[in-house]
Amino acid sequence: MSKRIAISAAVVVLVALPVVLSSYQLGLVTKMLIFGIFAMSLDLLLGYAGLPSLGHAAYFGIAAYTVGLLALRVANNFWLDFPAGLLIAGGVSALFGLFALRARGSYFLMITLALGQVLWGIAFGWRSLTGGDDGLPSVPRPRLPLPWSLTEGVPFYYFVLACFVAAIGLLTLIVSSPFGRALVGIRESERRMEVLGYDVWRYKYVAFILAGLFAGLAGNLFVYFNGFVSPSYLNILFSASALLMVILGGAGTLVGPAIGAAVIVALENVISAYMERWVLVLGVIYVLVTLFAPAGLVGLVRQRWERSRA
Amino acid sequence: MTALEIEALSHHFGGLTALSGVSLAVAPGERLAIIGPNGAGKTTLFNLVTGILRPSAGRIRLFGQDVTRLPTHRRAQLGLARTFQITTLFPRLTVLDSVLLAVQGLDPARFALHRRRDAYGHLRERAESLLADWGLADRATQVTRQLSYGEQRQVELVLALAGAPKVLLLDEPTAGLSPAETASVAEMIRRFSRDTTILLIEHDMDVALDLVDRVAVLFQGRVLAEGSKDKIKGDPEVAAIYLGTDDA
Repeated sequence: MSKRIAISAAVVVLVALPVVLSSYQLGLVTKMLIFGIFAMSLDLLLGYAGLPSLGHAAYFGIAAYTVGLLALRVANNFWLDFPAGLLIAGGVSALFGLFALRARGSYFLMITLALGQVLWGIAFGWRSLTGGDDGLPSVPRPRLPLPWSLTEGVPFYYFVLACFVAAIGLLTLIVSSPFGRALVGIRESERRMEVLGYDVWRYKYVAFILAGLFAGLAGNLFVYFNGFVSPSYLNILFSASALLMVILGGAGTLVGPAIGAAVIVALENVISAYMERWVLVLGVIYVLVTLFAPAGLVGLVRQRWERSRA
Repeated sequence: MTALEIEALSHHFGGLTALSGVSLAVAPGERLAIIGPNGAGKTTLFNLVTGILRPSAGRIRLFGQDVTRLPTHRRAQLGLARTFQITTLFPRLTVLDSVLLAVQGLDPARFALHRRRDAYGHLRERAESLLADWGLADRATQVTRQLSYGEQRQVELVLALAGAPKVLLLDEPTAGLSPAETASVAEMIRRFSRDTTILLIEHDMDVALDLVDRVAVLFQGRVLAEGSKDKIKGDPEVAAIYLGTDDA
């Protein structure tokens, strides 16, 4: 019951935000929602299937580049560019999954890292296509048959919010489905699941592709939001930030990683105004979380809640 | 027709021969104990039968179907279940969640991702009736790792039974249990459906002989003796292995 109240309250607040926030602040919240989708997509792998990917930026970045390139070089047509971004992200994750899922644990981590860096290398090196480290500037926002133009901050915010709600709804359904429960079983004991009749590889593979698709959705939205994409959205640091968002919020909770993303985006915004060593701060946050809140922020709240009831 | 037929099965770990030329046939509904000292190859045999290991040579047939090359989950789909000597339960899941996973494993809905599992009422009904049948209903909402070791062994058995297996491999179900816990697990096994073919690895000879129809003795990767309980009890070679007489 209290869960339903919390969800309703969150929806009301999110819908009402444009009334109270400045356009700059609303942009920040838009970014939080986009990174929230990205963090939740990684949570499906890390928190549910127990697969620690250190190359998840690959699917975010390749979708952003796909949409950016199509919008700039082919046509700024939402119905072409947006599905193409998802398709490429899903396709690349389907390909990379074939390699990465041959390994487990830290080996899986290393392979996903290496595969991600391959895409980063291509984006960095292939200047004629990708603009190299200058990235792709001036990516236009889509024109949709809506009474409001998405170039305006508020309509775009609602567009992202709708995508966020759809993503969290779909992911919540997936993790509570028989498929999602099986992922949790695989996380807990792979061998046992095989003996119980589960084709473990197939579950992991589908989870890997789904995670790539949702990361692609975030990448699509981000390039429209930012109007710019560079190789730094494909590289290991961005993948590691996503992992930190998941761990900070609480892996295996979906909502937690979305909250983690919001916290990281907010902190980065505040701190990078005062110092350049943002990565150092990320490292400190990671250490603090593992020491004091190994189950993340959501875990802390749950603990308090259970203690207050006991 | 035999339920499980093992033909000249061998397995090498590098240069070490764990099993060499083991042949066994088990009839439907039969209960066979596999006994033998440590390192005789008993667990290796189970790992080969369930497909966790691939044999170096030999064949495995389940109800006449050659399963030697089938992956583990396909063998489970054919009605093969097992328990593990070392508990590999789902430590952070509740008992009910664990049993639900076991029930779901052989259900057509196991791959569905477009509906909540709660929407599949028959899964929950089956899981709850299993827990009630085996006296674990009051443990349903407890997290598995918080159960006593004896209760964990019982959950292990319930997970293996969830798919109503035709052939069930039990790997030392009473290992590490107190005499009282051993008795309750043995009682549980005695209550298993007589339609289920059971292979039982057991260290405790008294427990083993009490539960089965027939015994096979494994020693250094080979079948040393096989036959009725009385025959095995009277076998001097078996006695030599177990009692360590000089003429072994």
